[in-house]
Amino acid sequence: MQKYSIFSLARNALSYHEQWEQAWRSPEPKQEYDVIIVGGGGHGLATAYYLAKEHGITNVAVVEKGWIGGGNTGRNTTIVRSNYLWDEAAHLYEKSLKLWEGLSQDLNYNVMFSQRGVMNLGHTLQDMRDIVRRSSANRLNGIDSEVLTPEQIKEIVPIMDTSPNTRYPVLGASFQRRGGVARHDAVAWGFARGADARGVDIIQNCEVTGFRRDNGAVEGVETTRGFIKAKKIGVVTAGHSSVLAGMADIRMPVESHPLQAFVSEPLKPVLHTVVMSNAVHGYVSQSDKGELVIGAGVDAYIGYGQKGSFNTIEGNSAAIVELFPIFSRVRMLRQWGGIVDVCPDACPIISKMPVQGLYFNCGWGTGGFKATPGSGWVFAHTIAQDRPHPLNEAFALERFTSGALIDEHGAAGVAH
Amino acid sequence: MNMVLPEWRIDDSQKPIAKNMLLINCPWCGPRDQSEFSYGGEAHIVRPTDTDALSDQEWVDYLFNRENPKGEHKEQWCHAQGCRRWFNAVRDTVTYKISHIYKIGEAPPGESD
Repeated sequence: MQKYSIFSLARNALSYHEQWEQAWRSPEPKQEYDVIIVGGGGHGLATAYYLAKEHGITNVAVVEKGWIGGGNTGRNTTIVRSNYLWDEAAHLYEKSLKLWEGLSQDLNYNVMFSQRGVMNLGHTLQDMRDIVRRSSANRLNGIDSEVLTPEQIKEIVPIMDTSPNTRYPVLGASFQRRGGVARHDAVAWGFARGADARGVDIIQNCEVTGFRRDNGAVEGVETTRGFIKAKKIGVVTAGHSSVLAGMADIRMPVESHPLQAFVSEPLKPVLHTVVMSNAVHGYVSQSDKGELVIGAGVDAYIGYGQKGSFNTIEGNSAAIVELFPIFSRVRMLRQWGGIVDVCPDACPIISKMPVQGLYFNCGWGTGGFKATPGSGWVFAHTIAQDRPHPLNEAFALERFTSGALIDEHGAAGVAH
Repeated sequence: MNMVLPEWRIDDSQKPIAKNMLLINCPWCGPRDQSEFSYGGEAHIVRPTDTDALSDQEWVDYLFNRENPKGEHKEQWCHAQGCRRWFNAVRDTVTYKISHIYKIGEAPPGESD
């Protein structure tokens, strides 16, 4: 792998930047791999990367039906934070945030992780009680969190209407300064390049159509490019988890919903932190290009169409304009939808499956992007060791049988 | 004066629907805007009666596991801002097109009682 640095930049400038090597290969699939990862999004590529880096398993294929990072990795609003209420979730997301903090160095790829802070607004007394509770729980877990008054919010975000005259006045907020945003494409590309350099085959335009099983164990995957053999298969397909599980005759406790987002025309810097509100259901940040990145809540119905209802973004826009009257005449450039698989307890499933050699990493719902490195890290461990890491033990599929759910609806709250 | 309704208002659910918007044909009120309706999840999930005898796995299947198909889905809707009555629909989860609407208690299309 060609290392990216100021020197390689200068050297390649001499050849008019026409001699850069490809960031990853596009190999033909081999007949057999030690591990196949189904799904070439951020989580899948991160899993392959950490399998190679942490566990020395390099005979790995990432099989992607479209192009890498073309699903939810390229469709989210890139928010990163770890202020979850319960210990299990807090530790998992905090592991991820710690990996984010060193990710650009580790990958030798600038993922543009920007710790500009994430603010969760409270609009009712109950909101504020929940915020104080969650903030305290975060601090007990060693996660930074502050509770802000409306005056402190106004100092950080002067353009927000914190007056008592709004329909849902802002009463306060929790603020995680270590939270922020990252460049979503760069995350997929950085992990892909890192995994490829360690020997992982990234196979795009290759859709998995079935699992071949024998005696309750997987033998490989049927794909649109033929059968590929592997004793271990990790499935990281987000919105399509139920479809993939159905191929192995497994029923899943997830439902797939459309989740929408939109961006505005580029503006001069006006908002230098991430603002989210569960109560009025909206969240917004400003990208480095200057666009406002705005996210909505999920559409209530099941949908695989990568598009949602207009009334959802209408309500979302109304909430944003109520909070930021200055944005009322900003024009929107693009709108899109992704498919998120939501669990009943708003927590992921990172687990072995009833079929030997089959592993699922799914159910991240509306907030999977922030977990990309951590998710790959624990899932790689689960696949390599055939048992979960202590960080993801609680996120097994069995929790729906045992009843040990991890209710993170409060922290997951608004979709993001 | 003749009032001309826009095509999407006259239409029933068999025709293509306005972009990103479902037009739902309430069995009592006729075609109405999707924003008047609330979604009620998968239809035909029967609450088990013999609960003492139910295994954990059967509980999981009833409480949490869902079909979540990519394609035709039988689901419940409520005309929340209209007649407030519930009904069932068969909807394609990819195109979002509703192919059948039937009342609660009726057998799904293509199936007998």
